[in-house]
Amino acid sequence: MSDNKVKVTIDGITVEVENGTTILNAARQIGGDIVPPAMCYYSKLKGSGGKCRTCIVKVSKGSEKDPRPMPKLVASCRTTVMDGMEVQNITSPEVLEARAGVVEILLINHPLDCPVCDQAGECDLQDLGYEHGLQKTRYEFERRTFERIDIGDKIQLHMNRCILCYRCVYTADQLTDGRVHGVLNRGDHSEISTYIEQAIDNDFSGNVIDVCPVGALTDRTFRFKNRVWFTKPVDAHRDCPTCSGKVTLWYKGPDVLRVTARKDQFGEVEEFICNTCRFETKNTSDWTIIEPTKISDTSVIAANHYETLRPLPVIKTNEQLREANKKELEKTIKY
Amino acid sequence: MSRKLLLEHINVPGIAGLDVYRQKGGYRAVEKALKTLTPDEVVEEVKKSGLRGRGGAGFPTGMKWSFLAKPEGVARYLVCNADESEPGTFKDRYLMTHIPHALIEGMIVSSYALGANASYIYVRGEMMPQIRILERAIAEAKAAGFLGNNILGTGYNLELYVQPGGGAYICGEETALLESLEGKRGNPRIKPPFPAIAGLYGCPTVVNNVESIAATVPIINDGGEEYAKIGIGRSTGTKLISASGNLVRPGVYEIELGLPVEEFIYSDEYCGGIANGKRLKATVAGGSSVPILPANLSLKLANGEPRLMSYESLAEGGFATGTMLGSGGFIAFDEDQCIVRNTWNFSRFYHHESCGQCSPCREGTGWLEKVLHRLEYGHGKMSDIDLLVDVAKKIEGNTICPLGDAAAWPVGSAIRHFRDEFEWHVKEPVKSQSVNYGLADYAKPIEKVAEVKTGE
Repeated sequence: MSDNKVKVTIDGITVEVENGTTILNAARQIGGDIVPPAMCYYSKLKGSGGKCRTCIVKVSKGSEKDPRPMPKLVASCRTTVMDGMEVQNITSPEVLEARAGVVEILLINHPLDCPVCDQAGECDLQDLGYEHGLQKTRYEFERRTFERIDIGDKIQLHMNRCILCYRCVYTADQLTDGRVHGVLNRGDHSEISTYIEQAIDNDFSGNVIDVCPVGALTDRTFRFKNRVWFTKPVDAHRDCPTCSGKVTLWYKGPDVLRVTARKDQFGEVEEFICNTCRFETKNTSDWTIIEPTKISDTSVIAANHYETLRPLPVIKTNEQLREANKKELEKTIKY
Repeated sequence: MSRKLLLEHINVPGIAGLDVYRQKGGYRAVEKALKTLTPDEVVEEVKKSGLRGRGGAGFPTGMKWSFLAKPEGVARYLVCNADESEPGTFKDRYLMTHIPHALIEGMIVSSYALGANASYIYVRGEMMPQIRILERAIAEAKAAGFLGNNILGTGYNLELYVQPGGGAYICGEETALLESLEGKRGNPRIKPPFPAIAGLYGCPTVVNNVESIAATVPIINDGGEEYAKIGIGRSTGTKLISASGNLVRPGVYEIELGLPVEEFIYSDEYCGGIANGKRLKATVAGGSSVPILPANLSLKLANGEPRLMSYESLAEGGFATGTMLGSGGFIAFDEDQCIVRNTWNFSRFYHHESCGQCSPCREGTGWLEKVLHRLEYGHGKMSDIDLLVDVAKKIEGNTICPLGDAAAWPVGSAIRHFRDEFEWHVKEPVKSQSVNYGLADYAKPIEKVAEVKTGE
């Protein structure tokens, strides 16, 4: 083992990672169900993370040198691994309970207006709610509300839905010059606000839409045009003078309804794209189409994308055929 | 009379000025430390004294100082946390108002020990008079050669700055304080790195409470061992207690740690008993964020022995039957006080002061406050009580900084010890609006709990 590699065990799976890696990134290298959900951490944004507390995990063994467990649950996105560290995520009931608590707390002031929210279908909070949330809310008070704010003519801020992950703040901070932050007020009435408006003259301001884990920042050119699961994502690129030009086009029939950056399996953009690509170029002729975007078959977007399997009756009755088509058949009953 | 170290000359007219302060032996510690001791020896004296942080956490100050990273060519800072805003705590304000030079002197000695050449006193924004007093005191000290370049001809340079805060409770959290001092939004930082490694402007920094810094003066004057003789066990020295609530004589008292709580409340030297001849119902021993205790547990431990004003004795019994010394904000409640209302009031404070950075505290404190408001005004349900416990549990330990814990503890402890009163508010929604629950049996002597047998 070289000097800058350390071993960490997460939910019983050991992985060797670079020294200084966070627990979350070590888990991402393993992949699968043991990856803690991250609502505020964004690997492309420096300083992000630690705020939403959904990625909390239990460190049951600190390191080889100091095997004491950490006294509290820690935010995996900001805690770096130590050699010999043992972490429990989904194997610890304590973690799951605390995470369910965080999800409940994130939702108490969320308007739950998914039926009219453009983010529905690709919303991290929705996914989190399905996985960890309760069926019913225990919160019986009026939810906090804000006025909607138009940030320029392309972006709308819907503060009611915001979970204050600060991702857009870091995006605006790190892609534009001369700003420090964009959060006003304190406590549960703090809001992403005015300072961010000053970032809109920047070519990359549209990326705040992509980094937003919820529907708080939406694309005004796409607002209420369509539900995401009715649109088909296609990877495309163009020679753009300001950015890499690598995007995903979202088609409905022959029309490009929306352009976003390409996202990886953890929902993070691969490369930030410029506003011209995002808002101005919405014709197929502007783009070189590469291939249909690969969408996880558990995503609601995949559900409507490609032909759903309509199995012949014989497959359902014949034992052998049913066994052979098991995976496909599961999909037909899943949703 | 117990020994006074910080407030010995508090009643001398003009002690806020440099001349009178010097006549009473002021700035002896600066001369002694700078002329006869090395910085490491000063740290050693403070370590020997066993002084523990007076801001609330009770972490040994000498140990904290020795953790300070000392890389070559990087400035080190000492920051004094005078952002005192805990409900019930007002000792630092008292000290800064009446004897500001004690703090300045402590700052010089401590800065010397840490090798800091620029030190800051971060004062809460509401304390404008204290800021002016401190600035006047700094100017006086500078004119007398105790600050600036080449102090007392020893070659040691120190500039002292007073920085007013914006009046946010959260800026009393050390990393939020540093953010605020740097001119940013006062959000607590995620630790590690700790300030001792990367604090103010990314440089190694020590953040200490006003009282801790002032306490270094008698430690240097008399020696750490002498200081350690005062007090009891690991709680050494004297502590300023700001007593408030239904007491005959509320105010700031300097006590020797280890004083029985009963003596502190009832003796004429201190608070002089409960006002208007009423009976004690409950106490909050260390500022609003520590668990509240009913009268019987305030005065006696669960095993029947008297409870003392010390870090250990107040914490005896954990959260089940104990509390904490915290920052020394002692609040007494008489039999006519409503614990539900008080808990709501505390929750309202934490709701208002939450910085909103991490979700459990941001959303949870508001939830607690709303449910408590409902209970207090007679609209509550029985299930609300368990809901409060559950929400408090979800905040506690899951936040970036201790404000979440501080918001959850008073609620959890109030329900643990005063559940009957909460239930009464639900059962008697109308009556509870005009009548108080009263003392009930909160002052009854505790039945001795049989020792729980372990093992076997």
